[in-house]
Amino acid sequence: MRHTIAVLVKDYPGILAKVASLFTRRGFNIESLAVGHTEENGVSRMTIVVEGDEKVLEQITKQLNKLVDVFKVRDLQAQSSVERELALIKVSTNSLPVQSEVIQLVDIFRAKIVDVNNQIMTIETTGVEDKVNALIELLRPFGIKEVVRTGKIALSRGSKDIFTLKKTGE
Amino acid sequence: MKLSGAEILVQCLKKEGVDVIFGVPGGAIMPVYDILYSEPSIKHILTRHEQGAAHAADGYARATGKVGVCLATSGPGATNLVTGLANAYLDSVPIVAFTGQVSTKLIGTDAFQEVYICGITSSITKNNYIVRRVEELAEIIKEAFYIAKVGRPGPVLVDLPKDVQLAQTNFEYPDKLKVIGYNPTYDGHIKQIKMAAQSIEKAKRPIILAGGGVIISNASSELRELALKTSIPVTTTLMGLGSFPETHSLSLGMLGMHGTPYANYAISDADLIIALGVRFDDRITGKLSDFGAQAKVIHVDIDPAEIGKNISVDIPIVGDLKKVLKRLNEAVNKKEHKTWLEKIKEWKKKNPLKYKNDEILRPQYIIEKVYEITEGKAVIVTDVGQHQMWSAQYYQYTEPRTFISSGGLGTMGYGLPAAIGAKFGCPEKKVVCISGDGSFQMNLQELAIAMGHKLNFVVILINNSYLGMVRQWQELFFKKRYASTNLFGSPDFVKLVEAYGGTAIRVSKKQELYPALNKAFSLNEFVLIDCLVPEEENVSPIVPPGASISEMLGVD
Ligand SMILES: Cc1ncc(C[n+]2csc(CCOP(=O)(O)OP(=O)(O)O)c2C)c(N)n1
Ligand SMILES: [Mg+2]
Repeated sequence: MRHTIAVLVKDYPGILAKVASLFTRRGFNIESLAVGHTEENGVSRMTIVVEGDEKVLEQITKQLNKLVDVFKVRDLQAQSSVERELALIKVSTNSLPVQSEVIQLVDIFRAKIVDVNNQIMTIETTGVEDKVNALIELLRPFGIKEVVRTGKIALSRGSKDIFTLKKTGE
Repeated sequence: MKLSGAEILVQCLKKEGVDVIFGVPGGAIMPVYDILYSEPSIKHILTRHEQGAAHAADGYARATGKVGVCLATSGPGATNLVTGLANAYLDSVPIVAFTGQVSTKLIGTDAFQEVYICGITSSITKNNYIVRRVEELAEIIKEAFYIAKVGRPGPVLVDLPKDVQLAQTNFEYPDKLKVIGYNPTYDGHIKQIKMAAQSIEKAKRPIILAGGGVIISNASSELRELALKTSIPVTTTLMGLGSFPETHSLSLGMLGMHGTPYANYAISDADLIIALGVRFDDRITGKLSDFGAQAKVIHVDIDPAEIGKNISVDIPIVGDLKKVLKRLNEAVNKKEHKTWLEKIKEWKKKNPLKYKNDEILRPQYIIEKVYEITEGKAVIVTDVGQHQMWSAQYYQYTEPRTFISSGGLGTMGYGLPAAIGAKFGCPEKKVVCISGDGSFQMNLQELAIAMGHKLNFVVILINNSYLGMVRQWQELFFKKRYASTNLFGSPDFVKLVEAYGGTAIRVSKKQELYPALNKAFSLNEFVLIDCLVPEEENVSPIVPPGASISEMLGVD
């Protein structure tokens, strides 16, 4: 099963390696990892998607909590959080019919064309992972040249935040 | 007044109550050494290898319960500490290591003697720090000592770039710390403790499994109270030796791969395992699916990550053992377990630890005699191998911090430097290092410290001309193909010690042993006894790899 874990960490050079190497050493598989600054100075937030059963999730959470530079670890349930991923997709669009087909798809998906010339279009899309996957699959037949994805970021819904959110099973 | 980074470090060490540090100087740490040179309250012990420094700090910490400190230069000095840090990490020993580093401007350029030691040690330290500005030094040092000792202890490394050691700032030792990311739980959940008490009330065949956590938490007297009040037998892990008096009738000695038959039978037959400060290492559990198959498990540990890691637990309690046991002792009722204890007594009678006690000088006999002559009151420090297991089996430990051994990492070469550290920590105590001819040669250079500082302790060298433990496995599981385990070419250990200016005695006959021990323990100086023992003696019993712990070889 896939789990989305939100982790607040001290923001300094080396923290990413520390967290990532913990996953490697303990044999946990990272599907995606997104990291950036938060509302608070000196604190970064990672959103890590991992594969594993409940037992694996429990170990990951506990091991992460043991790191001194990790302040908070929460498992975010899909149904009670807002999840987004951003992707940039560069597609070959070297004929007019292809261009109009791609534009149609972009409309349906409420994506955006952010760069274009007579050879390619670069499309920006945000959404849940399935939506991004679906768009990529539909664009694939035209010839995808490059894809870059941010990995998932997520926040809990409603007024709860990472500090007031209870641990799973609590 | 402004102080340099090096001066600040030394001031902080004094504030932390550090009286001895072990280390080796070098270019990138010279400013610190220069300050230490004129600091009378901190003794610096020059080990002959940085691994020795780390193990000495570790032995000091285990013997005293205080934080051990070691110091090394950048590059090779720092990498030489690595084994010692890993060793301390796996056995939860509080040490703080300081390493020199190239100047901040040179970091990342492959400068002379530059290694990224924080990267190298990130998985074998509780935390590590590169100090980038002298202004943050004092706070980092304070945090390092705090992290090393609180909760589940462990090693911490602080990397000190040379320019930071030289830069000046106003010094103020912070009296408060804000470590938001590390908040151990000390008080066990009261509901859980009550549940544990209820299970203890109902259990018919309960057993206490005590580990190193009991010793770390200074909870031996609470453990004793629990066992005696409820009449529950106690078995310990290797790290737990000394947490409960082995001379007591409720003691089952050590369990596991080389445990006593009765401990392994009892835990396999138990209906309740009360696990205190243990981590269910594979050397203890044997085949996991059979371990305590009939038992409910109560697991108390300060590290939540240990609970449920290897075996599933029915009643988890996160907390400091001393606190939890105090509460638990109030919650439990007096019990007797006549039938259960009767059964255990039978096992003990039928399957004691045994060896061939004939005319030959055998290692087990040597350990028994060391026990007799020290009246069980010495601090025993071991190396790794067969002699380590015999030391665990044939010496009866009655007090915490009297058995010091590399458990989790199993580091050959640990014994001598750790004994040196223990002796510096407890100069008034009798310290005995029990080593093997293989292990001893992995750090024998530290003999120089024993001589140079006139340390009086005794080394019992169990000399079987082999990497005995590996040879035993080859005998049992690799058709006696003794690949690279014969230690031919080893030195004459008596002459070796004499070359260092010390006293050594060789013993090859049974009747020579007692006089030699007598002499060694009356001399008040460093003495090594080179005991020539049979090459093919085996540690018994042994649970073969992959088997359940009740399936021991060497038990009728
Ligand atoms: C640093 C290190 N290298 C290798 C080993 C593997 N090993 C475990 S026990 C052992 C033999 C130890 O020989 P010795 O010190 O003579 O003790 P004995 O078993 O003979 O009593 C070896 C090589 C180890 N534990 N540590
Ligand atoms: Mg040997």
